[in-house]
Amino acid sequence: MVKEIERAGIPVVHVCTVTPISMTVGANRIVPAVAIPHPLGNPALEAGEEKALRRKLVEKALGALTTEVDGQTIFE
Amino acid sequence: MIKVVHYINQFFANIGGEEKADYPVELRKGEVVGPGMALMQAFGGEAEIIGTIVCGDSYFNENIEKTKNEILEMVKEMAPDVFIAGPAFNAGRYGVACGTLAAAVKEELEIPAVTGMYVENPGADMFKTKVYMISTKNSAAGMRDAVKKIAPLALKLAKGETIGASVQEGYMPNGVRVNFFEEKRGSKRAVEMLVKKLSGKPFETEFAMPDFDRVEPNPAVKDLANTKVALVTSGGIVPKGNPDHIESSSASHYGEYDIDGVFDLTSETYETAHGGYDPVYANDDSDRVLPVDVLRDMEKEGIIGKLHNKFYTTTGNGTAVASAKAFAAEFSQKLVEDGVGAVILTST
Repeated sequence: MVKEIERAGIPVVHVCTVTPISMTVGANRIVPAVAIPHPLGNPALEAGEEKALRRKLVEKALGALTTEVDGQTIFE
Repeated sequence: MIKVVHYINQFFANIGGEEKADYPVELRKGEVVGPGMALMQAFGGEAEIIGTIVCGDSYFNENIEKTKNEILEMVKEMAPDVFIAGPAFNAGRYGVACGTLAAAVKEELEIPAVTGMYVENPGADMFKTKVYMISTKNSAAGMRDAVKKIAPLALKLAKGETIGASVQEGYMPNGVRVNFFEEKRGSKRAVEMLVKKLSGKPFETEFAMPDFDRVEPNPAVKDLANTKVALVTSGGIVPKGNPDHIESSSASHYGEYDIDGVFDLTSETYETAHGGYDPVYANDDSDRVLPVDVLRDMEKEGIIGKLHNKFYTTTGNGTAVASAKAFAAEFSQKLVEDGVGAVILTST
């Protein structure tokens, strides 16, 4: 899906936990996530902290979208 | 007697499904578990499984380096003649685990290894050129067929016998070319192939073109504060009740849902349709997969121009690559028409 969105001309960032899969699939902007069943959250945290964690990841994702890349890049 | 060490996931070890996917790595010395039984039968007394290593799929994939090293230690200690991982069929995380381990055992321990999975398993493209990988069907219904190919190849590898071509042994082409004398000369084979092609019959090329489907990255977003951002997910987030009946695996369609006026996804309003990962956390708070709450805040703060009022969703679990491609080709056009300037795609 990520490639088709890119092909349509829209910059796209893939937020996922198993980044090697994303590399194989061919995503260009990749942001590693927390865990498979909760990529943008952590149920062990209390609600406020969890949302702050999610915000950080979304900021990182938006950061990736505003960064020029030359080929596949993982934004650690 | 040839000694074999076998790797399987928590599901095939009968420990449990998704709720047990975080099961840590465990060595069962001297035990034959699950598909190991079928392998033992196929060995016909020539080989025995001296130990089975079990690990939950999520546990492995969330701790790849650490778990890989632990398992390498276990294998090293048991010093088998051959290592078998899987088969994983179309289970993505299991396929990545099998490929990672089989390749690592072969490269780092220099012990022959073989695994097996479905050609569309992400683990296939990642490791098929690194280790022998039997091509299997896409579900465990293909176990018998898979074992019939894995066992003989494992025996051959353990005995150091010559391994035949991929079409003979049933492994995925690994890019290795071996010189041999063909019975018919090239011109004759080429003409035969052409005749078959012209008459619409199946033919096998002797030189397949590589399939490099890569898309160049688009230029970065210049002005985030004036950009409409859309959310897309393969994590199966849907309005509660899954109104369009998106399948929990092998999805045949995607959903388009309006989030106009939605500021937070709650357990009363949204859930996941995705099978294959533990849905508890996503059902409890779908923002953990589709971060609507945070993006609404950022919209209000003026960091992004706008959160697009529709999101697109499907389940990535076992869904055919061709289907996912078709879904996204279609909704990407809608995104373009709606003036979306950036997409965050989340996957579980």
